[in-house]
This record gives sequence, C-alpha cells and structure tokens, in this order.
Amino acid sequence: MEFLSDTTGIYLLLAAVFGIFMAWGIGANDVANAMATSVGSKAITIRQALVLAAIFEFAGAYLAGGQVTETIRKGLVDMQAFSANPMLLVWGMLASLLAAGLWLLIATQRGWPVSTTHSIVGAVVGFAAVGVGMDAVNWETVATTATSWVFSPIISGFVAFMIFMSIQKLVLDTRTPLQNAIKYGPFYLFMVGFVLSLLTVKKGLKHVGLHFDGGMEFVLSIAIGAVIAVLGRILIGRVKLDMAADKRFHYASVERIFAVLMVFTASSMAFAHGSNDVANAVGPMAAVIDVAKSGVMAAQANVPSWVLLVGAIGIVIGLATFGYRVIATVGHDITELTPSRGFSAEISTAMTVVLASYTGIPVSTTHTLVGAVLGVGFARGIAAIDLRVVGGIFMSWVVTLPAGALLSVLFFYLLRGIFL
Amino acid sequence: MPKNHIAGLFGKSPIRPLQEHMYCVYKGIKYLIVLVEGMNTSDEEDIKAAHQAIVEAEHIADTMKKDLRHNLPRGFFMPVDRRDLLDVLWMQDQIINQAKDIAGMVVGRNMRLPESMRETFLEYTKRCVAAVKQALEVINELDELVETGFRGMEVEHVEDMLKELGRIEHETDDYQVVLRNTLFGLEDSMRATDVMFTYRLIEWTGRVADDAQRVGSRLQLMLAR
Repeated sequence: MEFLSDTTGIYLLLAAVFGIFMAWGIGANDVANAMATSVGSKAITIRQALVLAAIFEFAGAYLAGGQVTETIRKGLVDMQAFSANPMLLVWGMLASLLAAGLWLLIATQRGWPVSTTHSIVGAVVGFAAVGVGMDAVNWETVATTATSWVFSPIISGFVAFMIFMSIQKLVLDTRTPLQNAIKYGPFYLFMVGFVLSLLTVKKGLKHVGLHFDGGMEFVLSIAIGAVIAVLGRILIGRVKLDMAADKRFHYASVERIFAVLMVFTASSMAFAHGSNDVANAVGPMAAVIDVAKSGVMAAQANVPSWVLLVGAIGIVIGLATFGYRVIATVGHDITELTPSRGFSAEISTAMTVVLASYTGIPVSTTHTLVGAVLGVGFARGIAAIDLRVVGGIFMSWVVTLPAGALLSVLFFYLLRGIFL
Repeated sequence: MPKNHIAGLFGKSPIRPLQEHMYCVYKGIKYLIVLVEGMNTSDEEDIKAAHQAIVEAEHIADTMKKDLRHNLPRGFFMPVDRRDLLDVLWMQDQIINQAKDIAGMVVGRNMRLPESMRETFLEYTKRCVAAVKQALEVINELDELVETGFRGMEVEHVEDMLKELGRIEHETDDYQVVLRNTLFGLEDSMRATDVMFTYRLIEWTGRVADDAQRVGSRLQLMLAR
C-alpha cells in the first residue's frame, strides 16, 4: 500500500478536523435540548447545567457510545462492497461528515429543527447508494434505523405518560403530596440509575478494562441505583421549603422537591445524549482512521477508545464555547414545564435513548424528548403544547435525509476527484 | 441566535391570563356594592366613583380578553378544550359587561330604590358579588388542576367549591323572589317607568350571579372530560 503513505496523514488530519467540527456542532447546539428543560424549570442554573452536561456527556460517550458508533461506522454500509477499493469508504465518510456538518450549520442558521442523527445517516446512506451502488447500502440496518425514528418518540411518549400517571397517583393526587414526593422520589432515581447502569455495564465497559458477567452486572447496577437514590434523598433533605409560596400555589414545595430530583434526570439525559449522538461524529471518523491506517477493511476491529475520547472532548468544547448561550436562551423560553413534568419527560427520554444506544440504533434525542413531552401532555399535564411545532419537527427528518444525502454525494465526488 | 425547537414546543399557558381576567372582573364587580350603597344613601359621589370603576374594569377586561384570544391560536394541545376555555373567558366577560349595564342604567336614570327594598337589595347585591368571588376562587384552582392533571383530590376539592357556588347562586334567587314580591306590593305607589326599571335592576343584578355560576358549570364540564 505504497500510495497510502503520502496521503494517510492528510486523511487522518481531515477525519480529525471534520469529526471534531461535527462533535463541536453537536455540543454547541444539540446538547442544549437535553439540558434546557432542566434550566427552564429552574431546577439547575446554567453553570450547573454546563458542568453536569460536560461530565455526563463525556461519560455517556466514553462508556456507552461504542455500539452506535459501530452502526454508523460499518452497520449502515455493506463492508463487502468496499473491500475492492477501501478508499471509497474513506472519501465517503469524510464527505458524510462534511455534508452533515454543513447541513446542520445551514439548518441551525435558518432555525430549522433538524437532527444530527438524521443528517449523518442520510449522508452515509447517500454516498454509498449513489456514489458506490445500491448494493453498498445495508438496507436492513437502514430500515431498522428509520423504523426506530418512528418508534423511539412513541415509546418514550408512552413511558413518560406512565411515569407521569404514576407520579400523579403516588404523589400529586394524595392528601400529603409533599411527604409522598420525598418518600417516592428516590425510587424513581433508583429506577433510572439501575436501568442506565445495567444497559451500560452489559455492553459497554470492555474497552475501559472492566468486565462483568454472571449476574455481577445486576449487583453492580443495583448498587449504583441505590447510591443515586440515597444521594437524592440526602439532597431532598436539604431543600428549604417556602410555606408562603405554598399559599399561592399549593404544589410549590412539591415542585421544589422535583426540581432537586431533576438534577439527576438532567445528568442522565446528558449521559443518554452522549451515548447516542457522539457516534454521529465519531463513527465516520473511526471508519476513516481504520482504513487510512491499515489500508484494508478491518471489519472485526473495535472502535479505538481514544476516538470516542476525541468525540467526547469535541462535544464538551462545543458546549463550553457556544452551548451555554443556547442553553441560556432556551432555558429562558421554557417556563411552562414544571419540574414534575420535566422529571417525567427526562426519565423516559434518558431510558429510551440509552436503550437505543445499547442496541446500537442511532436515534434523535430531541425527537425522543418531544415524544416524552407529548406523553406528559396526553396525561393532561401541560398547559399548552404547540402542535404545529411538533409537526415541523417530525417533518424535518423527511427533508433532512435527502438533503444530507445530496450534499454527501456532492462532496464524495469532489473528494474522489481531488485524491484519485 | 438560532431558535430552539424544544422551547417552541411550549405554548404560553392560557391559565394565568384567564385567572387574571377573572380577577379584573371581580375587582370591578365589587363596586356594585358601593353603587347600591350610594343609591341607598343618595351619595352621588359614590355612585359616580362606582360607575367609573366598573367601566374601567370592563375596559381592562376587554383588552385582556382580546390578548388571550390572540395568544390562543388553533393547533394548541391543551389539557382543557380550547373551546371550553374561550367559553369560560366569554362568560367571565359577560359578568363585567352586565355590571357595566347596571351601573350605566343607575347613573343614566338617576335611580333610587324604594325605602323598604333598600336593605334587602344591598344584601342581594352582596350575595351576587359573593357568587363572583366564589367563581374567581374556582378559576384560581385551575393551575392546581393542571398540576394534578385534572384528577383525584384536587377535582373533589373543586367540585366542593362548585357546590358552594351553586348554593350562593340559589340564595340570590331567593332574595330575588322576596324583592319582586316587595316591588309588586309597591307598584301602585310608584311611577310606572320606575317600576319597570326597578324590575330590570333586580333581574340584571341577578344575572351577575347567574353568569358567575355558568362559569362554574362550564368548568365542571372541563373536569368531566
């Protein structure tokens, strides 16, 4: 592979630059959706949101981001089709990163509600189908992914509906809602902690050198869930209640309890987002690095963990340079979502997204969150939801797929022209 | 700054503006008592001040009503039906409109009540105002209802309040019967036009309580959904 030696460096550089650009974009914009609900319901300050987001985006990406990265890297396309000329994959993945990044930039400027996930999937499928051939696309995986885009908001909506109904039954519709909030709140935290750590431990910890099996993952997850629940209980105990506010609005104190609990759900949202969306930047990057370094299709190789690290760092940089402003603006706009609602929606979104990450399906965190909010709305929990916005959000992926694909094909031919 | 889509998802809650509108209505309605007291003591200043206050409240309420209507476009998904909400708003507005008509008639015709009716009529007016106050308190429970998702204890609590509203309205009906009887006995001793307008005053004042109760019944329909 002599011809590679001159260009390997260039490819690696391009992959890193495009990948970090994409990760930066995700951190700068997408994360805001995950964190803004907590900021909007006054559960946490912007500064706290930033710190939590940075820690848990990073943790999610590094610990649980592997599966989706695999799907983006080599699940959507049929690796056999590239074995004859691996360079096609390099150009294609670079083109995809560039296309998705550019499309996101355009969409963000115009205020269109597009998802990073949809952009990158559209781009990867686009270059493979048009640039290489219809056989180069693994249509089965694409179909599964597209189906999951329909089902992830529905599932998360249903779960949010159930969780909110249970909160009503156990806490809000009782004679002593405040005591019940303090009593049952930690149980919800246990549930989130347990589900998230179980899904993470079961699949994701090999690359950090930890290996669990034979029921140990259950023990560990229960322990993590319990620690989170106890931590939540301690924080609840420190809440100062304002009885005057209770006079104006009977549930003011109850909501303050939920506001504290939301610190945890916000963290799990960030974790979930990191576990799923970091792949949008890292997946193509990993594919390029693989081929560029070895010159052959390495279908067996795992994603090197330092690549996940780079993606996670990119997200955190995006968050720190630009994301906080978005969170501030958005948080300011969301005032109608009270903590008990935000709590329900975030629990459900985090669990749904991490489940998707576990199975390696790239889903849109934003859409999943929208589904959850609608679920709470169906339980008559939110004063007003603008359905036109919902329509716009769900219509956007119909546009994003061909747009991402078209740009990606364009860049693919451009890169091939330059390097061939 | 790009607009955000999660933020756009949440419409402005119509509950608070609806409550503020009702509060404005109640603040105006309270002046009906001042108006009747002014009539009873022939205090022109009081009557004028009450009239002014009611007209002002009606004007503010009208602006609030229009604002709320503009902020409630179609396509909003709400725990209460959009039409129910607009109906309640319209009924709340009817209350203060009725008061404005009453005050206008009293001032315009320089009305005075017959001596023997004065005490009872003041009580009657106070009960009508109490009905509006009760309706306001019911409307003030709307945010608690949204909080509990229109279920459970809070619904029971509001239903009790609605029963109380019904009871107050019933009381005003009783007063109305008494007042009509008294007026009937006085008919021959009064100018025919005064008789006519006094009947009308009784009826219109009663409508204030009726409308307050209609606000309540409409809310009951929302609960039943």
